[in-house]
Order: sequence, then C-alpha cells, then structure tokens
Amino acid sequence: MTFHITVDGRPVPVVPGQTIGAALHAAGVRSWRTTRFGGRPRGLFCGIGVCFDCLISVNGRAPERACLLEAEPGDEVTTA
Amino acid sequence: MTHDRVTYDLVVVGGGPAGVAGALTAALAGLRVALVDTGTRLGGQYFRHAAEPKPAPGLARFLRQGRALAARADVLLGHQVWNVSREPDGGLTVHCLTRRPAGERAVELRARRLLIATGAHDRPLPFPGWDLPGVLTAGGAQALLKGGGVLAGRRVVVSGTGPFLLPAAAGLAAAGARVLGVYEANGGLGLARHPLLALGKAGEAAGYTATLARHRVPYLTRRAVIAAHGEREVEAVTLARLDRDWNVLSSRVVACDTVAVGYGFVPQIELGTQLGCRTRADVDGSPVIDVDAAQRTSVPGVWAAGEPAGVGGWRLAELEGRIAGRAIAADHRADHRADQRADHHTGHPADPPPVFARRRERWRAFGAALQRAYPVKPGWQGWLRDDTLVCRCEEVPLARVREAQAMGATDARAVKLLARPGMGWCQGRICGYAVSCLAGEPPQEPRRPVAQPVTLGALASLTHPQTPATPQDPGDDPAH
Ligand SMILES: Cc1cc2nc3c(=O)[nH]c(=O)nc-3n(C[C@H](O)[C@H](O)[C@H](O)COP(=O)(O)OP(=O)(O)OC[C@H]3O[C@@H](n4cnc5c(N)ncnc54)[C@H](O)[C@@H]3O)c2cc1C
Ligand code: FES
Repeated sequence: MTFHITVDGRPVPVVPGQTIGAALHAAGVRSWRTTRFGGRPRGLFCGIGVCFDCLISVNGRAPERACLLEAEPGDEVTTA
Repeated sequence: MTHDRVTYDLVVVGGGPAGVAGALTAALAGLRVALVDTGTRLGGQYFRHAAEPKPAPGLARFLRQGRALAARADVLLGHQVWNVSREPDGGLTVHCLTRRPAGERAVELRARRLLIATGAHDRPLPFPGWDLPGVLTAGGAQALLKGGGVLAGRRVVVSGTGPFLLPAAAGLAAAGARVLGVYEANGGLGLARHPLLALGKAGEAAGYTATLARHRVPYLTRRAVIAAHGEREVEAVTLARLDRDWNVLSSRVVACDTVAVGYGFVPQIELGTQLGCRTRADVDGSPVIDVDAAQRTSVPGVWAAGEPAGVGGWRLAELEGRIAGRAIAADHRADHRADQRADHHTGHPADPPPVFARRRERWRAFGAALQRAYPVKPGWQGWLRDDTLVCRCEEVPLARVREAQAMGATDARAVKLLARPGMGWCQGRICGYAVSCLAGEPPQEPRRPVAQPVTLGALASLTHPQTPATPQDPGDDPAH
C-alpha cells in the first residue's frame, strides 16, 4: 500500500521502500535544489550516494542524500 | 554514540555479491561477523532490488545468502563507513554514521579483521549540459528502477562506453521507457560480436540483446551524447558520430527527456588507501587494491574482494568474496591454535582451492578484456566548452582549469589547489578522473582522510580522539 509524504506542502505518493529521491522522480519532480554559485537546478545524478547532487532537507534536518534516504510516512520535504 | 563492546572476528564493508559471500563464508565457519552497508537492503549495484523483488539472474540465490547471513551475523544496513583506524593493540575500529531514526549518529565497531567489499561507481565524463536534471549515470538510472521501481524518464538516450550500458538500456526498455538508442563511443564490435557474448556471459548478454531487439532499440557504435540542452531539465541532446579517438565527425540534435551515461567504473578503494593498502593500476589505469591469491591486501588483517580489487562483474565479485571468507576463516583458526607451526609445514591453508583459483582467473581475464575493449579515448576533451562545468560540486568550468594550468599548475593536484575542482561534497569522486585526464596524467589514487563527509555534530559525539591509520599532511585540505 502506498503512503504519502509532503513536498513543499504538496502530497506525493510513496511505494514502501522507495527513497525520497525515487518518490520525487516518480512524481515528476526532478530537481529540488539550486547550486550556490550559478543557481543551477539539481536532482539525482549518480543515484547511489556518491555525487551529493541530490541533497534535500527532510523534517527540518540538515540536508541528506535523497537517493539513499528511505521515505517514511509523514516525512515533510522542503525544496530550495 | 553507540560503542558496541563486542570485538568482531570480521567486519565486512559492503553488502553486494562480494561482501555477502565473504561474510556468509566466514560466519558459516563460526566467526563472529558484522556486515555494514549504506543501503537499506543488501544487494549492491547488481543485486539492488525493490522491497518486492522482481526475478533476475542470480537474484534468488543472492537473497537466500542474505537471509542465511542475517541469521548468523549482525547486518547493519543504513550505516555508512567513513573511516577505519588501527588501534594501538593492533585491532581495527570501523567508524560508521547512521541517519535514521533521528538524525546523524556515530557508531563504532571493533574488529580483528576487515573485508573491503565497497564495489564501484559509474565513471562519468563531463560534457556541456551534463549537470542538467534528467542527466543521470547509467547506474543511477538502473538504481532508480531496480531499487524503487521508478523509470528515470520517458524518452531516454543511453550513452557512454562499456558492456554495462546494455543491462541499463534493456532494463529501461523492458520497464516501458522509450529508449531512443544505445550510443557506444567505442567501435568495431557491434552487438552481434559484443564481448559479453564472446566471453562466456552468453546467456545474460543474449537476454539483453533480445530485449533491445524486441523494443527496437538501436545499438550504435562510435556515437555518443556530446551535449545536453534544456532550461531547467534536459529537453534534447546533441548526438555525434565519432572517429576512433572520439573526435566529432558530425552531429545532430535529438529531443529526449532523459540521458543515462557511463564511461566505465571507479572502484571505491578509499578505505584501503586510508589504511595504507598497496594499490596497483588496473588495465584502464585506475588504481585498485593489490591483493594476493587469498584476496589479502598488503596490510595485515585487511582483505579486499569485488570491484575494489579490479572490475570484473558480479560473478567475479562473489567468487572473490568466497575466497576471502575462506582465507579469513583460516586466519581466525590460526590465531586460535596454540601451535601455528603446522600451517607453515602444510603450505598455505588460506590459498583458494584450485577450482576457485581457475574460475577467478577466467573471470579476471574477462574483466581485463572488457576494459581493453572499452577504453576512454582523449577526444572527449574536445566536447567541452569554456563554460562546461568540470566539477559539479564547486561549479568549476573548464576555463578555470585551463587558467590554473596557464598559471603553472602542471598536475592534477596543483590544478585542484588553484581551481578547486574535486574540493566539494563528493571529494572528487565524480570529476577526479576527468581532472586527471585534463592535467595529462593517469587517474590518481584517492587521498581522502574520510571516506564520506562527516558533520561536526557526528564527530563531536565521539568520545575517543581519532587516530588515522596513515598520517595526513597537515597542509592538506580536509576534503582532499
Ligand atoms: C549501471 C551498472 C550496470 C551493471 N550491470 C552489471 C551486469 O549486468 N552484470 C554484472 O556482472 N555486473 C554489472 N555491474 C557491475 C556491478 O557493479 C558488479 O558486477 C557487482 O555489483 C560488484 O559487486 P561488489 O560486491 O564488488 O560491489 P557492489 O555490488 O557495488 O556492492 C558494494 C556495496 O558496498 C556499499 N558501500 C560502499 N562504500 C561503503 C561505505 N563506505 N560504507 C558502507 N557501505 C558501503 C554499497 O552501498 C554497495 O551496496 C553493473 C554496474 C553498474 C554501475
Ligand atoms: S544522486 Fe548522487 S548522491 Fe544522491
């Protein structure tokens, strides 16, 4: 059974076991932060925790890698 | 901080085929074993699977091994190892970070022996637009699909070099993506004479080939994506026909929403180099950990198996893991025997049985042949423009790298100090190979005091001062 997380207040469905990054991609959200200097959009690139492009803040915590972090019911995600 | 008081006979880092085989072999021999992996499930790259796994070659057996392991060893998922240090008593401390349930937390494991089975990651090459969302590594696209059941995109172009573009493309096509083509930068062989077929992976490769044919996915050699275009996402790519050195002969623009790229693999060897393990250059020049017949590294108590010891596919990784597990169990028995002289008389009990050794040689030869068939050719440097980012983290464009060289930086290290590519979050994992090529030298072995960036909060939660295994140059940038 799917559950939901919220992305900037909007509900996004999650299949149990999916990472935050996979859930965002599935919902058509492919970038969720911008770079420090050029303000370039970034999302998943390596998909396995190596590149740190996919950093995202969950439940107000310091940024984590969306491609590694398994989504949990009620997670609140904010994009930049 | 959690400080587990047990001392494990073996800690394995990596839960792919190499790590699971090694851990299970040692656990079945009676050793007290812990296996640590960043991921939330065992599997590694090849056996990555969703919570409800779909059938794949070898996967059922791997899952059985995983269950057998969980019954006999401590399997710590969601734990990332950032450093392994040598203690004054000769033991090892494995420093991990875990993030769930409530933010970052440090965990330390004590170990008598270590097996490095950390696998590899894709080796990307920079090209204009490669940092647009929608450009993923081939492994990343595959991980999304295998791990989360999510298609990276609808209209996908697969490009790069190497045999593992095939499974990535076949997986995407079978799952319903429109794969516009597999564009292999190297040439000559074509699909019908693909080395995966020629070198004994016939069953597997034929499956991928059939899938690509069924979905009418063209496989074209001497072609590559040399630029991606779009505002906030990929909307199109420039596809080029290449000469044998990858210089552009002609090009055209094709609309798509996703690009999956990969130019071979970078073995993850930093835990080994931190401990001072000797490395050697693999066929393609990449540094890998040097191991003996029993998968032992040059550092006592440390073994390596799978891709960190040389790239060769999942069967080789699993076999090396088993060989290492046996050698580790023999080492453990020797430690427990009052009189060890018997071992010296009977040769090397840790050496693999001849049938294992022969099979390993066969798979290693296969891995070497693949690397020779799919080299990276220098022409890719001509695809870059002045404003093409070489380093994605620090947003360093080619022009700044060239500027550093004009200022006198003659090697990759000097380029890094002046222009700062490789100084960001990924610590040069993504751009390191490209920066070495641009500086005109072979890929360098990583010099990272930590295998993963660690926050100060997590470090502060440690009660013991860190004793790195190898002294770090105090003048070095910590992200070096
Ligand atoms: C796109 C792609 C397609 C591939 N397709 C095939 C294929 O079809 N056939 C084939 O034979 N091979 C394929 N491979 C190669 C594949 O990676 C290997 O064959 C196989 O997975 C190697 O096994 P391994 O155990 O050495 O490493 P992996 O399977 O990569 O496992 C390494 C594990 O170590 C963990 N790890 C790494 N560093 C740390 C750390 N610091 N702390 C904690 N955990 C860590 C990782 O999370 C990972 O789970 C493919 C690779 C890619 C990228
Ligand atoms: S996509 Fe590379 S670290 Fe998450």
